[in-house]
Amino acid sequence: MAIEDDVLVVGGGLAGATAALAAARTGVRVRLVSYKKSTLRQASGLVDVLGYAPDGTGPLVDPFEAIDALPSTHPYRLAGTDALGRGLALFDEVAGDAYRGDHTDANALVPTTGGAVKPTARYPATVEPGLASDDRDALLVGFDGTTDFDAPLAAAHLGRAGVPFDVRGATVTFPGVAAADATATRFAQVLDADEGGARAVLADRVRTHLDGERRVGLPAVLGETDPEGVRGALEEALGVAVFEIPTGPPSVPGVRLEALFSAALSAAGVRVETGNPVVDFEGAGDRIDRAFVDRSGSAVPYRADQYVLATGGLVGGGIDSDREGVVEPVFDCHVPHPTDRYDWFEDDAFGDHAFARFGVVVDETMRPLDRRGHPEWANLRAAGAVVGGADAAAEKSASGISLATGYRAGRLAASGVGAGELTRTECGHTR
Amino acid sequence: MSDAIDDSDPVRVSDDWTSDPDLRPGADACYKCSTCDSACPVAAVDETFPGPKFQGPEQWRLKRKEDVDVDPSVMQCSNCMRCDSACPAGVSLSQMHNTARAAYVDEQLSPFSREYVRDRLLANYGRLARIGSRVPRLTNALMGSSVVSWLNERLLGITSDREFPSFAEQTFRSWFRERGGSQVSSAEKRVAYFHGDYANFNTPEVGKALVRVFERYGYEVAVPEQRCSGTPMFANGMLPDARRAAKFNVETFRDLIEEGYDVVCSCTSCSMALRQEYPELFDFEGTDVVATHTFEALEYLRIHEDVEADLRAADPEAAQYAYHAPCHARNQGLATQATELLGGVEGVEVTDVGDSCSGISGTYGWKAENYETSMQIGEEMFEHMETAPGETGLTECPTCAMQMEHGTGYEVDHPLELLERCLVR
Repeated sequence: MAIEDDVLVVGGGLAGATAALAAARTGVRVRLVSYKKSTLRQASGLVDVLGYAPDGTGPLVDPFEAIDALPSTHPYRLAGTDALGRGLALFDEVAGDAYRGDHTDANALVPTTGGAVKPTARYPATVEPGLASDDRDALLVGFDGTTDFDAPLAAAHLGRAGVPFDVRGATVTFPGVAAADATATRFAQVLDADEGGARAVLADRVRTHLDGERRVGLPAVLGETDPEGVRGALEEALGVAVFEIPTGPPSVPGVRLEALFSAALSAAGVRVETGNPVVDFEGAGDRIDRAFVDRSGSAVPYRADQYVLATGGLVGGGIDSDREGVVEPVFDCHVPHPTDRYDWFEDDAFGDHAFARFGVVVDETMRPLDRRGHPEWANLRAAGAVVGGADAAAEKSASGISLATGYRAGRLAASGVGAGELTRTECGHTR
Repeated sequence: MSDAIDDSDPVRVSDDWTSDPDLRPGADACYKCSTCDSACPVAAVDETFPGPKFQGPEQWRLKRKEDVDVDPSVMQCSNCMRCDSACPAGVSLSQMHNTARAAYVDEQLSPFSREYVRDRLLANYGRLARIGSRVPRLTNALMGSSVVSWLNERLLGITSDREFPSFAEQTFRSWFRERGGSQVSSAEKRVAYFHGDYANFNTPEVGKALVRVFERYGYEVAVPEQRCSGTPMFANGMLPDARRAAKFNVETFRDLIEEGYDVVCSCTSCSMALRQEYPELFDFEGTDVVATHTFEALEYLRIHEDVEADLRAADPEAAQYAYHAPCHARNQGLATQATELLGGVEGVEVTDVGDSCSGISGTYGWKAENYETSMQIGEEMFEHMETAPGETGLTECPTCAMQMEHGTGYEVDHPLELLERCLVR
């Protein structure tokens, strides 16, 4: 026996969650196993589709128009613009009112904590008043002791970047938090609960720095559960627009996005397990028969008709390397790479590194291919950063690739259920 | 590429109280993203607690350069181990916390201090239980008396706000002996039951349910001599005690595994100890064999039997349960198991009360200084239990059950008891 489902998704980030949702909504039984809590918690909460062309051209106005010019091995070319559109539509439905940007295919320009401007396709509603295309003057306000956002520095950088408004920075002490190294989530909890009237006190402290600016930008800590309530209270007290600037991990917009996806997965009947990695599998003929989860030492068999690999790239651990080579450690799919490891990277830190494109090679149905170009397994598909062929960090395309490939892999996995040899006799839905 | 860097000796945190686990890879893998801090239930309600990142990798790094003391705040960690499953870099934070806590107790806590005496007593609850359960009625009357409870708080710092769990009139082991051991013999299907102290002394009905369910599936059940899993000892920094208990358990179960048995547990903290903490902290011969052959009871059945189909055919009395997944169950990937399997039974409604921590964390919430924190952490779970249908709780962990009962007044069952009602009666 094993723990049995129609579709098993391995990986709990944006690609895995999208694949699981896309599959579950067709009515099949889906399980998602994630080694750790969802990586959405580490994400900025911005959903980039394509900000720059592979040759560095950009920021691009319309990512959809740029896709045809991408190399034929790029994940967008393989998944197709239709999958990208459907992946984004699924995201829009999950995110609902909490997100903006679905009114247009064009990129928005969002100020970052470093004072750069980033092209992105979807952004939290709390970020909207801060868009760089808005010409209202802005005051950025940071907090004493937080190391990842220096408001005066960010404001100076934004000014240099040529934004069409005047921008200044100021620093205040965040009310009601004693710890010198408090995390963003702690600030957010204080504002959610309005501990000690923190919203009003913060507004008072910000007001002393206002000098005619019509909007105020704060690091993204305006509540984990009630960001619009917190933002509304601050706007009312200050009489100007208030917006968030997305920060690094632990990221409050990332935590909110994780909660949105978690609720959607639960509503779709997806069974989600976290805390343990998939470490091994058994094949039978041209199909994967079962995968093994390492549950604190014991190998527990999971069996499904169809599998989706969404374990992330080099950073997420879905692609691994040592001095000998580069591997995909779960299903041991082929990962092309130069034999000489000195060819994996360039000396220039921001150079065009080969490693940035490392990943499995997929066909148009998202099946990973072996070194001869044949599908590794008939019932295995891959999605997200584990798929190679794109330098997502340079292109600003990671989320869009996850949505496009996740949607396509999930839908195709669902339609493949029962098409091969049936392994599950009955579905047994409990809803 | 990571193994290319370091061939230097691992740095020792302390001398002789562990087999010196090498903590360097974990400390090096931490990139200070603070996700662990954001997942810590204690840090969420107690701002003075510096959080898992400090207790683990940062404190370890501090101690590398010079001989600084372990910060006493390590004793505020409840050992829920949520940080382990939060860390995107796979750092074993709980291993570092267990190690630092043991170093603190060993080097900085006087054995004559009230804290040490109290913690040692709580950590070795099983020894007291062995004596107390010989005269269960007298012990229950004594422990339930307000005088004893007042003395406990004043002299030992054990909260008087909680009622001590009562001892059963007959221990599980005595029941098992009396019925003549396993009623099934099988050379192929054999499990050795690690019941731990609580199921033996306080909730023998959980142990009985396990035996009956496994026998229904044709398993021979062995109940070997055993000591406490060590969970309360790790949590109180009493590592030499844990080491002795673990050694006994590993030797016992290692031999049974050789005879074809797998180990099953009814308490998810016990299974956690055998699977994760033993290999992280000790290296007795057979430690890894025991770890890889240990399972939670329902987990094991699900892998080897078609429990799902049998439950679909079951027809128990209609009932509604508010299920809480213990943190330690969560870490073993078991958080959804009870609701998935038991929630599918006709007439049985199992509502998951959410992913918050119950707050008691074993002996943690019994300490007077932690009581308020413990109840604050539990608040979310209590609220969700109140809004869930039914007035019976369900959980695998005995101390989570105490907290659920304490916060809501609900009766709390173990999933194995419900499983028995579905499959055996």
